[in-house]
Amino acid sequence: MKFMLSYLKRYKGLVAACMSLKLLGTVLELLLPYVLEYLIDTVAPTKNLRLVALWGGVMLALTVLVRVTNVTANRISVKSAKSAAYDIRRDLFWHSINLSGSQADQFGLPSLTSRMTSDSYNVQNFLQSGQALGVRAPIMLVGGIIVTMTMDVGLASILCVMAPIMLAVAIGVSLRGIPLYDKVQQSVDEIVRIMRENIIGIRVVKALSKEDYERRRFAAANQTMTRRDRKAGVVMALPGPLMTLALNIGLTLVVIVGAVRVNAGVTQPGVILAFLTYFNMILMGVMGLNRVFMMMSKATASAKRIQAVIDQPEGLEPLPEGQAARQEQEGYVVFDHVSFRYGEADVTHEGIQMALNDLSFTMKRGGSLGIIGATGSGKTTVINLLMRFYDATEGHIFVDGKDVRTYDKDSLHRRFGVVFQNDVIFAASLAENIDFGRDVDEDGIRAAAANAMAKDFIEAYDDTYQHQAAIHGANLSGGQRQRVLIARALAAKPDILVLDDSSSALDYRTDAALRKVIREQYRDTTTIVVAQRVSSIMSLDDIIMLDEGEVIGHGTHAELMASCPQYREIYQTQMGEGA
Amino acid sequence: MPPTISVMKKPKDAKGTLRRLVDYLADYRWPLLGVAALSVTANVLALLGPSLAGSAINEAAAGAGQVNFDRVFYFAKWMLVCYVASSLLTIAINVAMMYISRWIARKMRKDVFDKLMRIPVGYFDRNQAGDIISRVSYDIDVVCTCISTDVVSILTSTVTVIGSFCMMLYISPALSAVVIVTIPVSVAYTVYMRGKTQPRYSRRSASYGAMNGFVEEMFSGQKTIQAYAYEEQVRDNFAGVNADAADAYYQADYYGTTIGPTMGSINNLSLSLIAMLGAVLYMTGGVSLGQISSFVLYSRKFSGPINEIANIINELFSALSAAERVFRLLDEAEETADRETAKELADVRGGRGPGTRQLRLRPGPHHPPRRELAGGRGQAHRHRRPHRGGQDHHHQPADAVLRRGRRKNHRGRRRDPGLHPLQPPGGGYAMVLQDTWVFHGTIFDNIAYGKEGATQEEVEAAARAAHIHPFIMRLPQGYQTVISEDGGNISKGQKQLLTIARAMLYDCKMLILDEAASNVDTSTEREIQAAMRQLMQDKTCFVIAHRLSTIQNADQILVVNHGDVVEQGTHESLMRQGGFYCKLYNAQFE
Repeated sequence: MKFMLSYLKRYKGLVAACMSLKLLGTVLELLLPYVLEYLIDTVAPTKNLRLVALWGGVMLALTVLVRVTNVTANRISVKSAKSAAYDIRRDLFWHSINLSGSQADQFGLPSLTSRMTSDSYNVQNFLQSGQALGVRAPIMLVGGIIVTMTMDVGLASILCVMAPIMLAVAIGVSLRGIPLYDKVQQSVDEIVRIMRENIIGIRVVKALSKEDYERRRFAAANQTMTRRDRKAGVVMALPGPLMTLALNIGLTLVVIVGAVRVNAGVTQPGVILAFLTYFNMILMGVMGLNRVFMMMSKATASAKRIQAVIDQPEGLEPLPEGQAARQEQEGYVVFDHVSFRYGEADVTHEGIQMALNDLSFTMKRGGSLGIIGATGSGKTTVINLLMRFYDATEGHIFVDGKDVRTYDKDSLHRRFGVVFQNDVIFAASLAENIDFGRDVDEDGIRAAAANAMAKDFIEAYDDTYQHQAAIHGANLSGGQRQRVLIARALAAKPDILVLDDSSSALDYRTDAALRKVIREQYRDTTTIVVAQRVSSIMSLDDIIMLDEGEVIGHGTHAELMASCPQYREIYQTQMGEGA
Repeated sequence: MPPTISVMKKPKDAKGTLRRLVDYLADYRWPLLGVAALSVTANVLALLGPSLAGSAINEAAAGAGQVNFDRVFYFAKWMLVCYVASSLLTIAINVAMMYISRWIARKMRKDVFDKLMRIPVGYFDRNQAGDIISRVSYDIDVVCTCISTDVVSILTSTVTVIGSFCMMLYISPALSAVVIVTIPVSVAYTVYMRGKTQPRYSRRSASYGAMNGFVEEMFSGQKTIQAYAYEEQVRDNFAGVNADAADAYYQADYYGTTIGPTMGSINNLSLSLIAMLGAVLYMTGGVSLGQISSFVLYSRKFSGPINEIANIINELFSALSAAERVFRLLDEAEETADRETAKELADVRGGRGPGTRQLRLRPGPHHPPRRELAGGRGQAHRHRRPHRGGQDHHHQPADAVLRRGRRKNHRGRRRDPGLHPLQPPGGGYAMVLQDTWVFHGTIFDNIAYGKEGATQEEVEAAARAAHIHPFIMRLPQGYQTVISEDGGNISKGQKQLLTIARAMLYDCKMLILDEAASNVDTSTEREIQAAMRQLMQDKTCFVIAHRLSTIQNADQILVVNHGDVVEQGTHESLMRQGGFYCKLYNAQFE
């Protein structure tokens, strides 16, 4: 709540204007039945037509004023809400895009996206309606009661009793309904999961003739969902008719008590008429409060989720020179006894395994290194540490003679050209995808594309480099995507080239040609290749084989074939027994 | 709920869709008729209320000491009866509609799922999973909500408007003149605002959709963006998207939020007019105080439904277009049933001479029909073809094998000993595919999937044969460990071993292995190879492989390029030829 208000604060002028207008409008609206009562009870008996016209005119004027103030107030509230929501989304986006690796993992992509969209929408909705309805509903309720009090205390006491009951029913039912809807949502998730499983595995399902089995599985989930949905629906079907019933019982009571009081001479018949109208207003106030309440609980939950992202500490800050480690070995890229553990840095209990344990290597400028190992062996961790997406738990990493922690993040990253595992093509032209904001000239882009074997297929398009890639490059094949990504990595003639498992989508020949290009045309580029295929790395200067974070082999291909049985085994498996 | 889903889409064939929707409703025609009758009754009862209130107030208006309480109580009693009865009926109607609509939704979901089980697998390549799923998770929900609320609302609104109007005419034709002012005003305003808001709401939906897409894309590329120091550029791009969404929201709600107050003010307008006219008539004795009261109550019932009907028409249209999407899926062509003459394939190992045939796969949007796989049969090595268009051809060679006999032959003779039917009783094929498929459930269930009623021993034996038993035993719950669809808690290699174990358990004579060993990490690779060799024993196998070592020992290798078989033979004979295969083989040593 505080979080939402802090964003609204910047627009406090608008908010104040909206609220005071809304206040004015609601008070004017409350006056209407009052005038009605005066017209019927006091003016009409005088049989003075001009007076009737005058007071009628007052009512019409009030009607117009009420509309003008309400509409204006609403519009102002929309304006401040959209501005605040814009600010929230701006900040949330900036924080999300700058999350460090471990922070982003913690949230997950679907969650981050829904925080940007549904959650920000819930907050915006509440900021808008909260200002307008949040003023109107309580004023209607309290003001209505006060005005009726001044008219007739006895009759007003009926309202005083009914209003809290109605409010309690409304909020009570709503509160009961929310957990039921959570259950419905779980069922929906279940249905979606079964469907997704069947769509993805349709070939297996059909090959094994499991259609009937799947049908039964779906039917069970379908039945559960139907039952839960119905239950929630039935509970939520109650408050509407119940509210109406409460209103109508109240009306009946007003009529009866009114009759008693008219008989006793303490009140006038017109008052009953006015009360009927006020009763309606108070009911609207109750329903409005209920709505504000529901929206608020939804928006507060959403705001919390947004705040959780924004409150994340800034990613890794550059370390002052004084605290940097000194490089002792010669080399352009140096890992000095580096160990790393994912998760909380200060948790040292034994349960958590080291993702990388005591890794050391040095590379000279223009050198090449291959890293091979099973999934989860720590290959990608090496890249994550080198580019400082994470800080090493122990040991030090140096690039060009400086501790990586002392680099400004951007200036460190500008040295790299990198293709990650499952890297992303963005919905933009191929040229933009290759350039990626680094102002590479046209020749540079063309050269990079040629070197990445992407030139032929790109230039086969009518619009060549201006060809638009779809989101995630969905209109390109796996091999084409990979080539564009490699072109991106090569485009700015990087100091350090990192290819993380980027060859798996390429056939052997393209892979071989790519290796040749890098060898011949990027002599000064220091290259690190992470691969599952021996053929992708066997020609490199230096090879490290990892297993569960441990270095189990280090040397050239020939050395490893001689010294590392696991390496030899992989080689034989992949290249065939005869190799 | 973000507004991305509230787009108003006009159905293409509203009439046809409505007719089919009515077919679904027809199963419940008697309950529905009952509900309709109850609904009319409830509304008529509710309409009697204000009239009774007016009568009671008339009695009360007699003045101090003059009130006839018998009469007041008489009217008050009936007021109460009408209101309570009407509320109870309304609850009953809501609940009944809730049941009926959920039953219909259940039926629709069932129909959709059954349909999915019968459509050819190619459908799933041409349509995104998310899109298919949204028909069940969203479209059916829209239809169901529309049935449960809108059908009743239409009835209620119509009865209320007509009923109130009749009551007002009955009470005082003179005062009814007020309605002549307010009805046209509310109708005109409703029509006017629909014109104003509709395109703006569509634009708002579109801009939120665009923002959603942009954000999802940028977040998925977050690491890349940081690696290339591209954050500020992305932020500036987002500012545009963000501003657009904010502006669309403002534009839409700028008009949208005026509707409430305006409807209120039309109510107030009629109140003022009734007060003035009423006062005049009251002075001349043309109308009683009670009549004015009833009139005020009726007039309140008036403006609401008119706006509501406009909303409902909107919802009806979006429900119809949602229903249309569901029906379109239900209308997809199904797999052709086995031909009557199809013979059951008893022994797949016997006499399969190479026959020439061509298969034509359904062309994608971007390329003309072309031959997908031509030439003989045996073990095929598929090398990577350049993809065309936006289609995923990944499974096609496997499908080609899987569905021979389900597709029309364009050319060539069949020399098979017999066509195998779609579902041979003893089980047809086992398949191990590149995209390993495990579902949310225990490891036991995942392995036993192919064989209903498999025992623990059988499952363990299969797991042992697939070299995955030791791994399973190390898991906290052993065979009862629950794994999920995306298999987050086990590695890709282990998932692959699970699917091999599944295939082991499934007793079959034919085996299809599509890229089964690719993308698998190196440490499990050897085990997978060993497991697969065991699996392939005594079976006719179609192996589609990326890695040459996988198929090196096959009896026959087909080399496919651009849909044509370019070479055929054993590893040795192909190497001797020194052609395409040989070049490919040697490239890995460069």
